[in-house]
Amino acid sequence: MAAYQLAKAGAKVALLEAGGYFDPADPKYITQLKWPWESPRRGASTTRPFGDFDAAWGGWELEGEPYTHKNGTKFDWFRSRMLGGRTNHWGRISLRFGPNDFKRHSIDGLGDDWPIGYDDVKPYYDQVDKLIGVFGTVENIHNEPDGIFLPPPPPRLHEHFLKKAGKAANIPVIPSRLSILTKPINDQRGVCFYCSQCGRSCQAYADFSSSSVLVIPAVKTGNVTLINNAMAREILTDPNSGLATGVSYVDREKLTEHTIKAKVVVLAASAGESARLLLNSKSSRHEGGLANSSGVVGKYLHDSTGASRSAFLPHLMDRKRYNEDGVGGMHVYTPWWLDNKKLDFPRGYHIEYGGGMGMPSYGFGSGIEGLNGKYPTANGTTKQAGGYGASLKEDYRRFYGAYVGMAGRGEAVPNVNNYCEIDPNVVDKYGIPVLRFNYNWTDYEIKQAKHMHDTFEEMIHALGGVALGTKPGADTNYGIAAPGRIIHEVGTVRMGDDKKSSALNKFSQAHDAKNVYVVDGGSFVSQADKNPTWTILALSWRASDHIIEQIKQKNL
Amino acid sequence: MKRRESLKALTLSSLGFAAMNPQEALAEAREIESQLPPETPLKIPGGRQKEEAIRDAQLMKEKFFTVSELATIKVLADIIIPADSKSGSASDAGVPAFIEFIVKDMPQHQIPMRGGLKWLDRESSKRFQKTFTLLTPAQRIQIVDDIAYPENAKPVFSQGVAFFNLMRNLTASGFYTTRIGIDDIGYVGNTPNMWAGPPEEVLKQYGFTKE
Repeated sequence: MAAYQLAKAGAKVALLEAGGYFDPADPKYITQLKWPWESPRRGASTTRPFGDFDAAWGGWELEGEPYTHKNGTKFDWFRSRMLGGRTNHWGRISLRFGPNDFKRHSIDGLGDDWPIGYDDVKPYYDQVDKLIGVFGTVENIHNEPDGIFLPPPPPRLHEHFLKKAGKAANIPVIPSRLSILTKPINDQRGVCFYCSQCGRSCQAYADFSSSSVLVIPAVKTGNVTLINNAMAREILTDPNSGLATGVSYVDREKLTEHTIKAKVVVLAASAGESARLLLNSKSSRHEGGLANSSGVVGKYLHDSTGASRSAFLPHLMDRKRYNEDGVGGMHVYTPWWLDNKKLDFPRGYHIEYGGGMGMPSYGFGSGIEGLNGKYPTANGTTKQAGGYGASLKEDYRRFYGAYVGMAGRGEAVPNVNNYCEIDPNVVDKYGIPVLRFNYNWTDYEIKQAKHMHDTFEEMIHALGGVALGTKPGADTNYGIAAPGRIIHEVGTVRMGDDKKSSALNKFSQAHDAKNVYVVDGGSFVSQADKNPTWTILALSWRASDHIIEQIKQKNL
Repeated sequence: MKRRESLKALTLSSLGFAAMNPQEALAEAREIESQLPPETPLKIPGGRQKEEAIRDAQLMKEKFFTVSELATIKVLADIIIPADSKSGSASDAGVPAFIEFIVKDMPQHQIPMRGGLKWLDRESSKRFQKTFTLLTPAQRIQIVDDIAYPENAKPVFSQGVAFFNLMRNLTASGFYTTRIGIDDIGYVGNTPNMWAGPPEEVLKQYGFTKE
């Protein structure tokens, strides 16, 4: 976003991307609309964590790029080394933070307030909605601000059931808000054609990926030099002024070293990598790393909480067949709806839903022996569980599309004891010191996961469904996903008014070096029960405006 | 892209030899070729990364199952998913070759599969003094009936049950991810379309109205 805004304003921008070039419209890279048999493993996740056709180049482990942990804690770190990074395969869930989300400390005494509020960011959310496009409906829910919405897609069959169940259980189920174009917004991008494969990235540019929506148009301005496979080592600074002078990077393929000079350095490497870069940019002026006189860089790392459950819906057996793909995600969701004063945990979560007659892939039909003995056929025959033959084929057919899945995504409380730091001993294959993570969920998050499971069972009961598997208990912390698994990590280079306890000011500008900005999730003070991307985009635009204004005023 | 723009987009990408420098492209080609036997020039399929294409090509060259094991897999897969009035059999859909690839791609399945096939032949020899593929269809079904029903099987057959569950799951994975299987299950998506909600008669069937 910053590259786009600055290039459009006439700045000469060098865009360093650690990964390779990626354009979802180029047949070299397209996996969209491929059939499962076009993969020898039929889409299994042997090499790509989210499946063989998923757009992510990378995953939890990158060859030659380790990361470590401290005190036996666990943090899983996902990186997509490609132009556009994780925006190529993410869920497109584009939720604005609400007014409460910027002032959590004032509300529950935990964590800190942001130095800005919803009113500061609203104009940018509006601009992002118009530039990039998001569908949804106006709902007038205080902490779920409405956007400038394109029309949402109509619900799928299981989503009709979810809405009905939600009414019975007093749990709101409203149209989702995804950055997918259901109407044209400009001449450069096509409209969604409902293949439900946003995770494969879209050759029509109908969903938001920063590669297709921001970088490619930015490059077209003629003001951008895009350098792929450039792994940044450190930000170079002037020993006298302390200001950044450029970036040193290594070409990942030729393993040659390069330096690029710059008047302003903008980091958007993702929360982990930006913190790592700053901490690795030590000098006599910046002994604890660049922008780190406060000591907070790397600290207050937090990821969303996550727990999930699925259910079988007996009344959806023997479904009529039709194309139910829709967009690449849920058409309805549940925004946080409860009053924490009545609960034993702070903050909230939203619920994402899955289901429907999707495209078969590796694992299709697995475990049918757990179901086909329990539910008689349409003409009343009860079978033995398991089996084989023509009867088994009938079972696969009758159960197809009769499932629903639900996943909670909630807000963790930022904690100074959860952090990433530079490992004192380990370097990656480029010689760059790696991150070491220290992260523990607290009772705040664990109790939230417990509540998610209670809610899932309420919903499943209201649906007339049968919960699958067993409800996780305290011994597994209620099935809370391991830290990092939700891939919403934020907070490592947080903004604030007080330079003793923050790295950036309210314009995402480093307190210690005014020509350094951090415009990824690192700048977040707290994460909200909302996916970070839309707020990252809004804040990056706001920071870009600040850079342009500062340059015009000759402060930069 | 115009030449000026392509120069600005200094893509040092390793995919498809897109490097600007001909010497880099040559070095890259040599590097790939040195990782493979000379008779297999690597083509990177669309949507794959170089490392993935190399790994897949390598797996394709390996063999895991013996001819006799593959014959047993074929017989078993066709018992699990036979041809019926609606669609063909597992072997019509290429399931044995799929299972062969999968155990190379996911080595954790190798021992359970190999051991399970051996268990089956052993059981077959005990009862009929012949290996499984040499039995009559009725004899085969006699054994299968003892391991195909997890909730009713005798405890002495528990390992056979575990093996048959694995075979059933792999056969389903392999069958329903082919054109034959997708047509059988009735998936009609994966094509550009206009989504307007479920058809009216479907909404009516469940008591919903169009929004």
